[in-house]
Amino acid sequence: MKRAFPILAVVTLALLGYSAYEALVVAPTDRLQGDVYRIIYYHVPSAWTMFTFFAINFVASVIYLIRRNLKADAVAVAAAEMGVVFNTVVLVTGPLWARPVWGIWWTWDIRLTSTLVLWLIYVSYLLLRRFSSGGQMPLLAATLAVFGALDMPLVYFSIWFFRTQHPQPVVGGGGSIDPRMLHIWLLNWFAFECFGLLVFWWRYRLEMMRREVEETQELESLLETRSPR
Amino acid sequence: MSTGTLLTRTTLMKDLRLEWRSKDAINSMLFFALLVVVIFSFSFDPTAEESRRIAGGLVWVAFLFAAVVALNQTWARELRNQVLDAYRVSPAPANSLFLAKALGNFIFVAVLEALMTPLFIVFYNLRAVGPAYQLFAVALLGTWALVVNGTFFAAISLRTRSREIMLPLLLFPISIPALLAMVEATSSILTGEFSAKFWIVLLAAYDVVFTMASLFLFELVLNAE
Amino acid sequence: MSYLYAAYIVTWLIHIGYIGTLVQRYARLRREMQELKRES
Repeated sequence: MKRAFPILAVVTLALLGYSAYEALVVAPTDRLQGDVYRIIYYHVPSAWTMFTFFAINFVASVIYLIRRNLKADAVAVAAAEMGVVFNTVVLVTGPLWARPVWGIWWTWDIRLTSTLVLWLIYVSYLLLRRFSSGGQMPLLAATLAVFGALDMPLVYFSIWFFRTQHPQPVVGGGGSIDPRMLHIWLLNWFAFECFGLLVFWWRYRLEMMRREVEETQELESLLETRSPR
Repeated sequence: MSTGTLLTRTTLMKDLRLEWRSKDAINSMLFFALLVVVIFSFSFDPTAEESRRIAGGLVWVAFLFAAVVALNQTWARELRNQVLDAYRVSPAPANSLFLAKALGNFIFVAVLEALMTPLFIVFYNLRAVGPAYQLFAVALLGTWALVVNGTFFAAISLRTRSREIMLPLLLFPISIPALLAMVEATSSILTGEFSAKFWIVLLAAYDVVFTMASLFLFELVLNAE
Repeated sequence: MSYLYAAYIVTWLIHIGYIGTLVQRYARLRREMQELKRES
């Protein structure tokens, strides 16, 4: 498996390059928005990738709660970090697109707001992991992940109704998807997904390594206290 | 009476009695909420019309911060006296302990709200244009929403460094839908512009979901060592 | 159109930044593993 990594990395990079080329060069220029619209070829696939990683985190957290499998916990943290990275990309590229096209950096509409809330919840998850001491941190983090997952539908509902009561001009517009654009979206999504999974895999191995090193260190200090050299 | 209910009642009465004697939590909460109100007053100088629009947000922010003060001390006494170990070993269900703590916090925050509301009415010249009785439902459901998650996250924060800052860090993002509902419901009732019914139903749903989740998962958190 | 380039560049800066932290953590782990090997 480890040997496959460099090969997969090269393939993924090629894929990313190709999809970026499609997005920047091949895709037709939008009549209304000009070339700036090409940001969505990064923005939207990043969002989809973000959702897949948060879903992985949720499943891994539930598995951990049921079985206390430490591999599941490693998957959970790796997936959460990848999710937050892609979430950050979405939150940054969104305003960079909105500003030239609609003249505003930000609006509290349902998509942007719920993405921000998701970011906040998962950053708090990572902070909990960082500030927790001891062997029960995976358990606490997993419960938080479950709470977060339960919360998201409520977040969507509440913001949706808020916007129904206080409507705003919709930024990012519904609009129909030009079929030529769709396949470039999917292509970029596939490329980002592969890239994300590769980095995720590395993060997962790192976590397992870290755990091993920590255990060994604890064992060493135990042995030392019992029979000092 | 089953062990569970007995435990809940005993723990709750003990907490209330202790608090009644020292009034530590309630005093700090009250003062904190008052400070928030006054500081906000310096930022806004609203007309009566404006007051009704923004009061919802102000009130709930003040109550939220004050609730955090109460929540942070939820488990402090138990931790100081190693009582949690005793609870872990006892046959009583962990849920009963959680319920007692949550109800205790609920009563503290509710008392705070009852004391602060006249102050808000005076400072901002508030008068509800919509059905004021609905405000009770909003207060009840909203306070429980904050308290049930807050008590749970307070238990999680026990095992973290910077315990006091961890609680709001965890609580605030998850509470966003409930906070939005509370604020919007209050504003709707005060201004009379919209019906608060959807928000009240949303709060009820939020309460049900998270009460069940907390009861379900608390045992795991309590036993985490 | 600078927004377009900014968006693409920032995206990769974020990703490379994260990978950078992974590289750092990996280096630190490697060091700790070598220390453990030396001690044993």
